[in-house]
Amino acid sequence: MTWTDQLDTCSCVLLRLGERRFALAADQVAELAAPSRVFRFAHRTPEIDGVILRRGRVVPVCDIAEQLTGRKLAQRRFYLIATRHQQDGRDWVALPVSGECELIQADLTPAGPSDSPHVSAWLSHQGEVIEVLNLYAVTPGSPDPGDARLAPPALPEVHV
Amino acid sequence: MRLAAEQKSHPVRTEQIILFRASNQIFAISSASVQEVRSVDSLAGAAVEVNEGSLAKVRHAIQRGDRNLYVVNAPLHFGLRPTPAALIFLLRKSRVALLVDGIEKMTTMSRLQALPGAFCHEERAWYRGVTVLDQNVIPVVNPSGFLTSEELALLDAVTSHKNLARASDATQPELTA
Repeated sequence: MTWTDQLDTCSCVLLRLGERRFALAADQVAELAAPSRVFRFAHRTPEIDGVILRRGRVVPVCDIAEQLTGRKLAQRRFYLIATRHQQDGRDWVALPVSGECELIQADLTPAGPSDSPHVSAWLSHQGEVIEVLNLYAVTPGSPDPGDARLAPPALPEVHV
Repeated sequence: MRLAAEQKSHPVRTEQIILFRASNQIFAISSASVQEVRSVDSLAGAAVEVNEGSLAKVRHAIQRGDRNLYVVNAPLHFGLRPTPAALIFLLRKSRVALLVDGIEKMTTMSRLQALPGAFCHEERAWYRGVTVLDQNVIPVVNPSGFLTSEELALLDAVTSHKNLARASDATQPELTA
């Protein structure tokens, strides 16, 4: 299959970061959570704002708005809890979003070689063309995002 | 005859920890990895200055037996603002002494969670993981993460020409950062 081929219809979650909307493959989304206390401790990963406690699990908060829109979120209305497949299991990341999220079904067009690494595919929804995010490229501590782009967004089987 | 019921529940493994402050942040360290807790004053005379520009977090060494222990300033190690230190932890089976602001309390942790994979820089060496105590997330430090073997070798080279003074005959160096 070439990059210009259409993928099958895929479930995606639309998320809002400021004025822009992005999408994430639904199977990479665990839940949408209300804002909660952010715990901070010393570290050197600038993309991480802190951690939240969710169902007894410590989940790092990564504000991806700045790298995608150029500015940090002024208001965090929810945390979209996303999951990444790592070498040693599943890893959770909390993405602050500025509005409610929407689950949709859409046909995806895979990203092309000229697209940014953070784009794994494109979808069209209500007349708007929306980037489907490569979670591995927008969050720190991921395997090589270049490898992740080759995988369909719904099944990001990426291993170190 | 009644057979004793098989014990099915596994006892929860717990670990004694010391919660300490460094630059007004709370960290945890396993009690088992701390051999001695001393006041800064009690070791002041035993330490000599170390001037290695690439390792600003180490400014003093203490001679113990035939080798040096290097005093790591905890706030500087974690990239925090230096604060006046009150205590030194001498770590067990280690050549590191840790300069900290003070002890918050001693307690027990029953679960150590791995540091999430999104943390991908030096903190992976700094911490064994994180624990949750009273609805607070506390990083649990890795006692072997304060100085690498290369850093120890560098410090040994820097201090090898110095005659490390013992507590009784040294001038009192400043141990605050």
